[in-house]
Amino acid sequence: MDTSRSYLEPSSFSKKMAAAIIIVYAVITLIPISWMVMTSFKNVDSAISYPPEVLFEPSLEGYVNLFTNRSRQSQEYLDSLPPPENWYEELVRSREMVITGPSKFLGRYSNSMIIGFGSTFASVFLGALAAYAFSRFRVPLKDDLLFFILSTRMFPPIAVAVPIFIMYRKLGLGDTHLGMIILYTVVNLSLAVWLLKGFMDEIPKEYEEAAMIDGYSRLQAFFKVVLPQAMTGIAATAIFCMIFSWNEYAFAVLLTQFNAQTAPPFIPTIIGEGGLDWPAIGAGTTLFLLPVMIFTIILRKHLLRGITFGAVRK
Amino acid sequence: MSQIKIVNLQKSFGDFTAVKNSNLTINDKEFFVLLGPSGCGKTTTLRMIAGLELPTSGEIYLGDEEVGMLRASERDIAFVFQLFALYPHMNVRNNLSFPLKMQGYKKSDIKNRVEEAAKLLRIDHILNSNISSLSGGDRQRVALGRALVRRPKAFLMDEPLGTLDAEFRELMCLELKKLHLDIGATTVYVTHDQLEAMSLADRIAVMDGGEILQADEPNIIYNKPKTKFVASFIGSPGMNFFEVNEGISKDQSFVNIEGAKFDIPKQLEESKGSKNFFGIRPENLTLNNNEGLKGSVFGVEYLGSRKIITVKTSLGEIKVKTDISVDVKLNENVQVKPSNNNIIIFDGATDKSLNSEFIK
Repeated sequence: MDTSRSYLEPSSFSKKMAAAIIIVYAVITLIPISWMVMTSFKNVDSAISYPPEVLFEPSLEGYVNLFTNRSRQSQEYLDSLPPPENWYEELVRSREMVITGPSKFLGRYSNSMIIGFGSTFASVFLGALAAYAFSRFRVPLKDDLLFFILSTRMFPPIAVAVPIFIMYRKLGLGDTHLGMIILYTVVNLSLAVWLLKGFMDEIPKEYEEAAMIDGYSRLQAFFKVVLPQAMTGIAATAIFCMIFSWNEYAFAVLLTQFNAQTAPPFIPTIIGEGGLDWPAIGAGTTLFLLPVMIFTIILRKHLLRGITFGAVRK
Repeated sequence: MSQIKIVNLQKSFGDFTAVKNSNLTINDKEFFVLLGPSGCGKTTTLRMIAGLELPTSGEIYLGDEEVGMLRASERDIAFVFQLFALYPHMNVRNNLSFPLKMQGYKKSDIKNRVEEAAKLLRIDHILNSNISSLSGGDRQRVALGRALVRRPKAFLMDEPLGTLDAEFRELMCLELKKLHLDIGATTVYVTHDQLEAMSLADRIAVMDGGEILQADEPNIIYNKPKTKFVASFIGSPGMNFFEVNEGISKDQSFVNIEGAKFDIPKQLEESKGSKNFFGIRPENLTLNNNEGLKGSVFGVEYLGSRKIITVKTSLGEIKVKTDISVDVKLNENVQVKPSNNNIIIFDGATDKSLNSEFIK
């Protein structure tokens, strides 16, 4: 019998089993994503070919189509044009088309950025202030207020879509960045307050008391001493808020059309010649995946500690 | 540095009164200890002096200024917390300069003052270390340093040695005492540990139930306690008490306890009630085989140089502090009697000690 290993440590067999299960799970999860990325690098024909092509000649057609508007032209017209100036014009011409201008994708994408990061920042900032107050001060009806805040999570946000739609029309907030930021912030705020309150509760109040004795006001103490120590909680909360507002589809369809339309309602509307332009949609979703992925990777150390925080006391 | 004076200070949390109508004057450059069991109001008193709690009523003077309602940041005092509360996201140097930055000192001044304080506390070699890498003692020194750099009007310390292990606590006690002698700052120190209080304090205030029972020099607190609580709380073990079921009159010099007659110092005051207490410290009792109160040995504790023997008698358990050479066995029959006349009578009606030839 192997006596060198602690009884608390799993056996090498169970470790291998765990690894195998994780690998299987990862493969299952990654197949659709890798198919999506593959599709984004196919050309229009190979994307819809049957049987599906696993090995294919990569092409940037999807990305070119995603970022451009094009129109079909006759061969004579194409021949009369000066030679293409760059690789993507050449690619489009080979399909008997010319580029007529940039597509709306970049605008929709930056809308997503503005609204996603804007509402995440607002949720975390307001959530941190509220959580601090709930954690430190004797707020009248504290428990009831916290429950009210939580109760906004008890129905799917889309349940209130109609009243919000009417409200936004009256207020002129429909199809504006501000309107979407406010909406997503409202939805995320309850989560942010509850998550951050847990973290604030864990920070001993002696730190800000020490700062106040050292001559700082409570607000200064909050920013200089409490917030830096709540970074873990802030990072975890920010990721959750970001994922929600980045992915949100229903409200975006309902409330935005032109100015503030985000990427999720836009991507499925990319239509090519004679049907959906799958490589372009693949390219759009691949690019759409990147920011949240990068954001999560940057904050992942905090995220892991954040999710398990409070479970084990230091 | 300044005198601290509190006048009729009171603090209530809802129905609970944490500090009752307290009056206290802490002299300039004094090392003053607030001592009491947990929940006695000592920390609340300290926090009110610091400005971390606002008094329900009463005044606090720092020097000549009434500061009772000022914010902590406006009081010019320093506070050392039990858990040190060093900012974990800053290194030692930044922790020390944090209070100075707020006061708008020049960078070079901050550097000089931080290094001066660090040298005094012998932490100049760890100025660039992270807080998490420090030992308990070093954290303690950094916490003191953060208080020192400001050169405040007073130092307030809330059980700063409470988390250190026993050996280290003794060492830090000595260092604190030396530091106090070096800089001569008015210091208010809260602790529940009487040894710490005895060894550090110029004067001690013993608190219980939100009240200050006695504020005096350590030897007076020990030898001439003003109340029964002080007598039992101070000393290890505390004073022995026997019920005296008779009134004490002026000039009385003996009492009857359960039919036996005991000499007491000549009383200068009469008792209010007819139930009183005879108090004697364990070291003022001796064991013998022929006179005094009969009982049997119930427990023996060795304290190195002394022994504490618990004797079970008809009056209850009595603690006797004896020389190490006294050899008794468990359940052995012994007799206990006072070895001198250092006896205090406490008035059962007020719990206060009665004045006598011994305690005036």
